[in-house]
Amino acid sequence: MDFNFTPEEEAFRAEVRQFLDENLPPEGERDLAFMTGWQQKVREKGWVGFSWPKQVGGGGGSIAEQVILKEEMARRKAPPLGNCFMGLAWVGPSLIEYGTEEQKKRFIPEILDGTYQWCTGYSEPDSGSDLASLKCKAVREGDEYVVNGQKTWTSIAMWSKWMILLVRTDMDAEHRHKGITCLLVEMDTPGITVNPIKNMSGGTMFAEVFLDDVRVPVENRLGEEGEGWRVTITALAHERSGIAEVTSLQRSLESIRELARSCVRSGRPAAEDPRIRRRIAEADARIEAMRLNGFRFLTKQLRGEKLGSETSINKLLRADLEVELGELALEIQGSRGPLARGADLVPDDGKWQHFALSWAEVVIGGGTPNIQKNIIAERILGLPKDP
Amino acid sequence: MNFGFTEEQELLRSEVRKFLDDNCPLEEVRKISESPEGFSREVWKQIAELGWLGLTVPEEHGGADLGWVDLVVILEEAGRTLFPSPLISTTLAAAAIRESGSAEQQARWLPRIADGSAIGTLALLEADDIQGAEGIRLRATEDATLLDGEKLFVCDAGAADLFVVALRSGDGPMDLRLAVVERGAEGVASEDLPGIDLTKRLGRVRFDGVRLAPEDLLGGGGHAGAVTTRLQDLGAVAVAAEMVGAAEAALQLTVGYSQERVQFGQPIGTFQGVKHPLAEMYVDIESFRSLVYYAAWCLDEGHEDAALAASRAKAYASEALARIGIDAIQLHGGIGYTWEYDAQLYLKRAKWARPMFGDADYHYERVASLGGL
Repeated sequence: MDFNFTPEEEAFRAEVRQFLDENLPPEGERDLAFMTGWQQKVREKGWVGFSWPKQVGGGGGSIAEQVILKEEMARRKAPPLGNCFMGLAWVGPSLIEYGTEEQKKRFIPEILDGTYQWCTGYSEPDSGSDLASLKCKAVREGDEYVVNGQKTWTSIAMWSKWMILLVRTDMDAEHRHKGITCLLVEMDTPGITVNPIKNMSGGTMFAEVFLDDVRVPVENRLGEEGEGWRVTITALAHERSGIAEVTSLQRSLESIRELARSCVRSGRPAAEDPRIRRRIAEADARIEAMRLNGFRFLTKQLRGEKLGSETSINKLLRADLEVELGELALEIQGSRGPLARGADLVPDDGKWQHFALSWAEVVIGGGTPNIQKNIIAERILGLPKDP
Repeated sequence: MNFGFTEEQELLRSEVRKFLDDNCPLEEVRKISESPEGFSREVWKQIAELGWLGLTVPEEHGGADLGWVDLVVILEEAGRTLFPSPLISTTLAAAAIRESGSAEQQARWLPRIADGSAIGTLALLEADDIQGAEGIRLRATEDATLLDGEKLFVCDAGAADLFVVALRSGDGPMDLRLAVVERGAEGVASEDLPGIDLTKRLGRVRFDGVRLAPEDLLGGGGHAGAVTTRLQDLGAVAVAAEMVGAAEAALQLTVGYSQERVQFGQPIGTFQGVKHPLAEMYVDIESFRSLVYYAAWCLDEGHEDAALAASRAKAYASEALARIGIDAIQLHGGIGYTWEYDAQLYLKRAKWARPMFGDADYHYERVASLGGL
């Protein structure tokens, strides 16, 4: 066992730290001009798409360097590396693996530059956890697919120029996964209607998308017909060890310790209440377990082994922690807990109230905790598949 | 960056597993644990020859000079088979002597520990049941030559030949001492008490006018408090390492049963009511496993996080194994709570291990204060 990084890796960490010292102002002073300049600078550094191969314009960073970069960025609460969130997380990895040369040339530079947004048309009203049951239908007519159906919970659909869309092209496929195809669709194509949906914290981050006789050129198909499931699962597999999320959880917990010291309830600082102390300590141990689990996964990758379903461990821990930290932050505030931004009595201008209402994106978005438990039970423990 | 074991450590693991599977399967464990001594002298001799008892003893005293990370490898396997033996107690006594004994003292006791001729244990707790240096009330005379009183909750008290006793010769923080008292010394009486987990023994040692010579006292005064705390951390991580193995065995047993047991026309493992608790057990086990490995590494390295890491590991393990022991029985149904079936053995191990070297309440409170609350 050895928790040290190599001298080369530490030199890279020093480079990242120096960059942050020189280019990252305190949180309150990050205006629009800074944000624009930031994206240019990190792009020049090769840190946008850092894990992608250099041939496509990525950074070609090693696994260890990726971890270091994410850790350092999270430690300083730096803005994201790159603007095109869905493109970087989902579309790019699938393009790199399955895209034609023309598709790569056309889309990848713009994803890295953050020229516009992508959204992901996966979930449907009747296909959430059971994504492979999706019904949105595409019929080939000459050089085009004609798409009809509905998508929902589509994050940032209203601000996106392109969508990566899963459709059913073969209704009679022997295996239902085989009937799915992946298309890249321009959002201003006639027949697309986007209706934003307000979420429980009052924000509008996702939308429902209706597709009515939408015509998509065959050249915008990603991968072969019937290969759509594999194309997207590839992107899912790029989801990683969760070490970067740990740093942000650690920071949240540190702020919650602060909060517990400053909030008075039942006539004394919350930090003196044994139950609050206990819950903070439990969260601390769980975050540390996540960090160390992540290092075990990382070690496996560094030894050249592929990561499997074990990453669901950290997804589950994280889901619990995101919920628990929000609950803890409000309980620490006692009777101030139900107040919200704008109330003079609420700590930190209601940021914790917002925090406590925002976990769903993380907890439900990447596959619900119950689905993660199925994955562990079936793929790791070898229990029989659920019908 | 390498959070994994070396090839040598993996080899050690498979040797230990093979030895225990061959010599100490659960039927044998039941027999041994129901015997008056609670462990097998025969197997003890064998594991001494295999080098387990001298694992952390310096080479010049007949050991392998390895650390807690290596010990964790053995203990995980020992936990998996609920191996009944004073292995942890003896290794902790060796650690005390190694860390604060003079060269002469090490030469006097460590070879006997490494070759299996002396069983050792720590005698730290008393009637007030307070972990840490502040719990040490046992008084020797001011010149630390005469000892009267008793130590409680001493692991393997009945079998131990050497007791590392925490005592004080005055009221000040510098008056803490660690002394090695031999079982044969005049005025020493020890016994095991009946316990829930037959594979583990817990007892009491009485000191009735026991004479202490200067060469029986370890290290300088002053440091004894810090040494005691470190010994408790070493103990907490050792027990937690066995808990990893025991938890994994309980999970395996329950998964196996869930695959075979058919109700409503299907293996019960098909149902999410069974599947999900098993997945939760797995997540907990992998998580406290990570915490235990890291804590062992911190202890070996003398890392500044060692106390925090040990507390996180033992706290998480104490809660998780307790729950796993209970869930394992519930998921089995009726068979799970029979004496004959093995599920109950893990539940009992959880009950023994929970308070050893500090329970979850103690360690989480320590995590809170070390974290600045």
